[in-house]
Amino acid sequence: MTEEIIIAGFGGQGVLSMGKILAYAGMMQQKEVSWMPSYGPEMRGGTANVTVILSDERISSPILNKFDTAIILNQQSMDKFENSVKKGGLLIYDPNGITRHPVRNDINIYMVKASDESAKQNFKKGFNMYILGAFLKMKPLISPEYMKIGFEKSLPARHHHLIPQNLDAIERGKEIIEKVHTI
Amino acid sequence: MKEIRLMKGNEAIAEGAIRAGCDGYFGYPITPQSEVLEYLMENRPEERTGMFVLQAESEIASIHMVYGGAACGKRVMTSSSSPGISLMQEGISFMAGTELPCLLLNVVRGGPGLGTIQPSQSDYFQAVKGGGHGDYKMIVLAPASVQEMYDFAKLGFELAFKYRIQVMILSDGAIGQMMEKVVLDEQLPRITDEEIKKKYPWATTGKTPDRERNIITSLDLDPVRQEKINIHLQEKFKKIAENEVRLEKLMCDDAEYLFVAYGSSARVCQKAMQLGRDKGIKVGLLRPITLFPFPYEEIKRLSSQVKGIQCVEMSAGQMIEDVKLGANGKVPVEHFGRLGGIIPAPDEVLNVLIKNFIKN
Repeated sequence: MTEEIIIAGFGGQGVLSMGKILAYAGMMQQKEVSWMPSYGPEMRGGTANVTVILSDERISSPILNKFDTAIILNQQSMDKFENSVKKGGLLIYDPNGITRHPVRNDINIYMVKASDESAKQNFKKGFNMYILGAFLKMKPLISPEYMKIGFEKSLPARHHHLIPQNLDAIERGKEIIEKVHTI
Repeated sequence: MKEIRLMKGNEAIAEGAIRAGCDGYFGYPITPQSEVLEYLMENRPEERTGMFVLQAESEIASIHMVYGGAACGKRVMTSSSSPGISLMQEGISFMAGTELPCLLLNVVRGGPGLGTIQPSQSDYFQAVKGGGHGDYKMIVLAPASVQEMYDFAKLGFELAFKYRIQVMILSDGAIGQMMEKVVLDEQLPRITDEEIKKKYPWATTGKTPDRERNIITSLDLDPVRQEKINIHLQEKFKKIAENEVRLEKLMCDDAEYLFVAYGSSARVCQKAMQLGRDKGIKVGLLRPITLFPFPYEEIKRLSSQVKGIQCVEMSAGQMIEDVKLGANGKVPVEHFGRLGGIIPAPDEVLNVLIKNFIKN
């Protein structure tokens, strides 16, 4: 099993940290992992993306241009990465702020209204966890038990009291994902 | 069970240095390697092992602090990225002239000049062919993973003291910034002053009545003596070339075509190799781990087996000169590279190999 994922959105949406928690949880579940962020001027300019790879084998290139899954959180990233999803792959997006919805018919497309949900639950900081939950619903690569360990390992102890709320958001994300197009 | 952590390459080498018993780090921040200094400051190695960490006023000051620490027989290091490493060249040449061991890290970014902050491999010539003046070489290690960033701190210090030579870890922005799993070793003790006196009689540890003063200088105005010093250095480099070549080969046994790449380019080529194998193309990968000494012999051997060698570097073609020396005209050798901080994509690299060697 190898899952190659791009997560892309605005700086501040928790793109990099979502990838980090996924990678950490994967590592604790005995998987090979890599986490390759955009760290250049585009990061300072507002957009951020990270390539996360989870695999049962040694990972070759941490830098890719085709992905099994794209998680897209703003319009710029939709423009940039919709065509980077492998044929038959998965695209998950939050429709908030999206003016041009995805059009490909050779991939599976799902939306998750994470912005709305995080506002409704008064947990705006947990926005990225609803998204992560939606992804894990579609690709149950990491068990909930290891997600918890991933949080414990990647967060400093002073933030550990926030873990249950984040795990709840992941579970909620699994419920609110909506099908847009499947092949 | 050994401790595992998810770390950035820059953090891994900092942790690797602490655990290898490094005595001192002197550096000045520059993207994409500032995490080395940040990690060391945050982790307080002065409390863990007594290791000294200092943010110097400049790169030039950093390398001369390394010079001073190394002269005392201490395990010292600095790190920077391309423009900062250029500033250090005078100090590195002085250390080559005085045979002082040290660990240097270059997390290469796009150049020339200030260039970009994205990954590049355009400092190969500077690292391997001698960036400073004079007839000298450094041992150059090219990590291709975060684990190797960690491992090469310890290996680098071992080689530096084994040969009294400067060891440069030639990394790049991708390896420095990405996170991967790292398996950590036990903490090694730092060397004591008594051990330094015993093991390194050349070190300036304070004159005692039973020996002459140790003087560390690269200046000797008598050309006859200076030639002798140079011959001694060349003999040392020859010995290193004979004994310290390191490389990794993947799927080379039945290969008809060969990628040669180091560092993050080698990771891209590994993926390209898999894509090629899926299409039935028998392609292998040779990854030089030491850039000096370069694996000429292995390239020579493979040159009589394969039909073509595709070099891939994030430069305009630097390592390819050494690959051609190894191949010695036996087999066509082609270059592919992206410049200025662009990382090539795996399918892009495979298509170049197909175009160069298979479609024609």
